[in-house]
Amino acid sequence: MSGETVRITLNPIDTDAETRAVSQAGGNIGAVVTFSGICRADEKGDKISALFLEHYPGMAEQEIGSHVEEAKTRWPLLAVRVVHRVGRIEPGEVIVFVATASAHREAAFQAAEFIMDYLKTSAPFWKRTEGGSKEAWIDANEKDDRAAARWK
Amino acid sequence: MYFAWLRERLDKTEEEVEIPSSVQTVGELMDWLKTRGEEYEYAFDNPKVIRAAIDKTHVRAEAKIAGASEIAFFPPMTGG
Repeated sequence: MSGETVRITLNPIDTDAETRAVSQAGGNIGAVVTFSGICRADEKGDKISALFLEHYPGMAEQEIGSHVEEAKTRWPLLAVRVVHRVGRIEPGEVIVFVATASAHREAAFQAAEFIMDYLKTSAPFWKRTEGGSKEAWIDANEKDDRAAARWK
Repeated sequence: MYFAWLRERLDKTEEEVEIPSSVQTVGELMDWLKTRGEEYEYAFDNPKVIRAAIDKTHVRAEAKIAGASEIAFFPPMTGG
């Protein structure tokens, strides 16, 4: 596993190994918050067999990276890791993993939420469903825009 | 460059085009692309929902394209 802060991968995400790496990053870490976004089996009432994730290489890493940097200016973070999977992802598998480490829990909780809110609305990834009654690109969610707007 | 359903509607991931000098903004570029054939008309049917990036940075429709080396069009993002 690489030590990079932001990574995009075609392979399954080993959340245990990623969490361990962040927990052991050094410094006076007293709190680690992790978030895993999981592929649902049901998309708006429609059973699906998989999601297909497409991204804009280069820009996706850059967008996540700039929001990680912003999070570091807002909260006293000791380590951050964001891993996003692309390609075909089956229900139950992890799509995205975010871990934030700080001396105390408040910063770690808030920073994880901040990074996820911006990742959802500004990182160039797109989801298409496979195996439902219709194969389709998933529409953006207004709720996600509102979630990101509260940090402004 | 085109992503997600824009890529599918145009049946191409990227292309190199000579842009007329009268086309100066991202919005004007979308209007011009729309005149390039049926598939473009279909892809850019509702420019309001289409997002753009110049050299991998998000931009609005009013953004000037002068000096850009890579322009991307895509639907609203649905990652995470």
